[in-house]
Amino acid sequence: MAEAIVIIGAGPAGVRAARTLAKAGHRPVLIDENMRVGGQIYRQPPPGAERAPDALYGFEAAKAVAIHRALDGLDIDYRPETLVWNAREKVLDLTGPRGSERLAFDRLIQATGATDRSIPFPGWTLPGVFSLGGSQIALKAQGCAIGRRVVFAGTGPLLPLVAYQYAKAGAQVAAVLDTSSFATKLKAAPGLLVLPKLFAKGLYYLAQLKRRGIPVIEGVDGFALEGAAKPEAITWRRGTETGRIECDAVGAGFGLRSETQLADLLGCAFAFDDLTRQWLPTKDAEGRASEQHLYLAGDGSGIAGADAAELAGERVAWTLLGDIGQAVDGTRIAILDRGLARIARFRRAIEAAYPFPHRLHAAIPDTQIVCRCEGVTAGHLKFQVEQREASEMNRLKAYSRLGMGRCQGRMCASAGAELLSHWRDVEVGTVGRLRGQAPVKPVPVA
Amino acid sequence: MIERLNPDVAIIGGGIAGCAAALALRKRGLSVVLMDKGFCGAGASGVNFGGVRRQGRSLVELPLATRSRAIWDRLPELVGEDGEFRATGHVKLARSETDMAFLEKYAADAADWGLDLKLIGPNAVRDDHPWLGRKVVGASLCADDGQANPRLVGPAFARAARRAGADIRELTRVETASFDGENFEVRAAGGLVVESRWLINVAGAWAGKVADWFGDGMPINTQVPNMVVTEPLPFFIDRSIGVCGGDIYLRQVDRGNVVFGGGAGWGDIELDRSRPRTEATQGSIAKLIDLIPALKGAMVIRSWTGFEGEMPDQLPVIGPSLTLPRLLHAFGFSGHGFQLGPAVGEVLSELVVDGETLTDIKAFALGRFRPSWQSGRCKG
Repeated sequence: MAEAIVIIGAGPAGVRAARTLAKAGHRPVLIDENMRVGGQIYRQPPPGAERAPDALYGFEAAKAVAIHRALDGLDIDYRPETLVWNAREKVLDLTGPRGSERLAFDRLIQATGATDRSIPFPGWTLPGVFSLGGSQIALKAQGCAIGRRVVFAGTGPLLPLVAYQYAKAGAQVAAVLDTSSFATKLKAAPGLLVLPKLFAKGLYYLAQLKRRGIPVIEGVDGFALEGAAKPEAITWRRGTETGRIECDAVGAGFGLRSETQLADLLGCAFAFDDLTRQWLPTKDAEGRASEQHLYLAGDGSGIAGADAAELAGERVAWTLLGDIGQAVDGTRIAILDRGLARIARFRRAIEAAYPFPHRLHAAIPDTQIVCRCEGVTAGHLKFQVEQREASEMNRLKAYSRLGMGRCQGRMCASAGAELLSHWRDVEVGTVGRLRGQAPVKPVPVA
Repeated sequence: MIERLNPDVAIIGGGIAGCAAALALRKRGLSVVLMDKGFCGAGASGVNFGGVRRQGRSLVELPLATRSRAIWDRLPELVGEDGEFRATGHVKLARSETDMAFLEKYAADAADWGLDLKLIGPNAVRDDHPWLGRKVVGASLCADDGQANPRLVGPAFARAARRAGADIRELTRVETASFDGENFEVRAAGGLVVESRWLINVAGAWAGKVADWFGDGMPINTQVPNMVVTEPLPFFIDRSIGVCGGDIYLRQVDRGNVVFGGGAGWGDIELDRSRPRTEATQGSIAKLIDLIPALKGAMVIRSWTGFEGEMPDQLPVIGPSLTLPRLLHAFGFSGHGFQLGPAVGEVLSELVVDGETLTDIKAFALGRFRPSWQSGRCKG
């Protein structure tokens, strides 16, 4: 009997994996939450709202179109608008246009992608505040800006890119506030030269922002919003220096975080990554998770970007084919592995250029909401640590409700862990991680 | 490195019963070391439904449950916080005439044990709770029952015990325990050796293993309750709710989330790994909508399980060892230990200090599972 192969996620990694498997004679199931393939990076507008690829994806238009078309003519069991809300052993629970169903698999490729990483700041729960990725989706999928006068704040390679895309689309970008300093980036520049084209693109975005007279303030130590019902201005500080910029919307993000809940539910082993300060499912050099029938590819198991995701998606498909005794293309695999190694080196430089600014957590005021779903403030969390002796993330969750709401900690667990480690004065890698619980995302009582 | 401790009492298990026992023993002046493999109150004490209910219990449990109910009112003075205990009342619903007859008989029987239940007819039950579905034909109300937040209560007892001077060791898995004719010796992970005159086994789903070490083997099984919670909804379910048959139970917390349970999850106690089962979750969702149609379409945001000890007669084991002196067991609460926990702790402390308790616990004796032992003892 043929192997039942399922791929979760139709971004660059999932699509490349599906293509490779289909060409090798399989008919994989490809499950995706979106309406169309492409993932977040190459997200396609809904039918009827299409625009030219150049306008949507800029430099990446060719890559985006290639991904969108990669499955044309191939026999794949593609299931869009479908959520995998639970997984245990070799069965997935799905909900989608066909209703609720269970899907058994022999082998599973998890290409679950990533979401923005948040750090709470005063005003971050106001309407008009979006994540950086959310700001980009509004532009790409809906063709609209998040506000009339927008500030982008945070850090990471997405920060100058989204600001540039907004400016290019004609939106008014009031400023870019980057927590990474110019000196930090300069130090990382030699490493970034591993991939000169990508490095040049980053410089281009910055140059374009400067050319348009958009202030780019680097090395910011924190920011806060003014405004009761919506953002009216953002104030920032850098050492003793402060500033105030009027705006009606903010796109904020601090790099990306891998979507790892399904890997957790499936029992994959995890390890703490000191560089990015995140827990990630472990994988071997060929993309196998700790459980041998499970595979990991793309940003869902460590942020490396879309190019790496394409390579890793194909790579992991070859691994799977080898594992089930099919012939593999060794030359092709060597090319993929070299490409992945090069990007990994570049990625370390990116992390050095845009380090996760965990120092910002120390300044979070007690009144600040950290867990949005459950309305848990930093002060309430501090109470659990100081009065109820919470020493570990699941205890903190049990006492405070942090991470118990709709998002299941996807948005707040990082800040919760940073705060817990700050108050207890221990390394963030020692405070544990939230246990995953189904459903990964809310499902209806029906 | 070996660390040696010599308390009067060693306790294996940091659930509510164990922590309450530690606290009560400290108040009577005994030294206590309590060990838990994880965190106190994180096992069955922390992942259960949160019902604080006397209604529906086996009649022989009512003396203990009534004693416990009084402690629930005093949690703030006893452990420093109320554990979100609310005396919301507990309504047990009948979905058939047979159910209703059962509730009527139970109410009459329970009255002899001092439990005041109010029977509610088909019209009145809908007047009281207009959101109930058509299948409900009547109910029984225990106005004095309630609900609490299980995640808070066990840890609060643990901290109170620690403040009172108990040595609480979390993340300390007990590996072996033995008796040398005089003292117990408990060896735990990390090189801890506890030598004590008394040993209390309150290790929950793992307690059967501890009992085995001393020849007190009991027919304990494992329960894996399947728990689910919705997103916060406008508050309207003002009582904790159960049904005849117990296949669905629910309550709405102050914040608005509806917590419901029913059926069994999946669990492997050897791996110490448990998970909700989709079939159980979907089964309780169907029953939930039958009871309260307005909940259709609400979003489920989380589900969970844990391990609980279960006895064949659904009654806990509480009492002295059959084989050794100064060894006490309390386990196998069969899914309704949360409410009992505070009183069980006090009873255990009395058995240690006074050698007896005024609360009637005869029905929970270990001997009931050893007829030969019992009869032999009677003859002797």
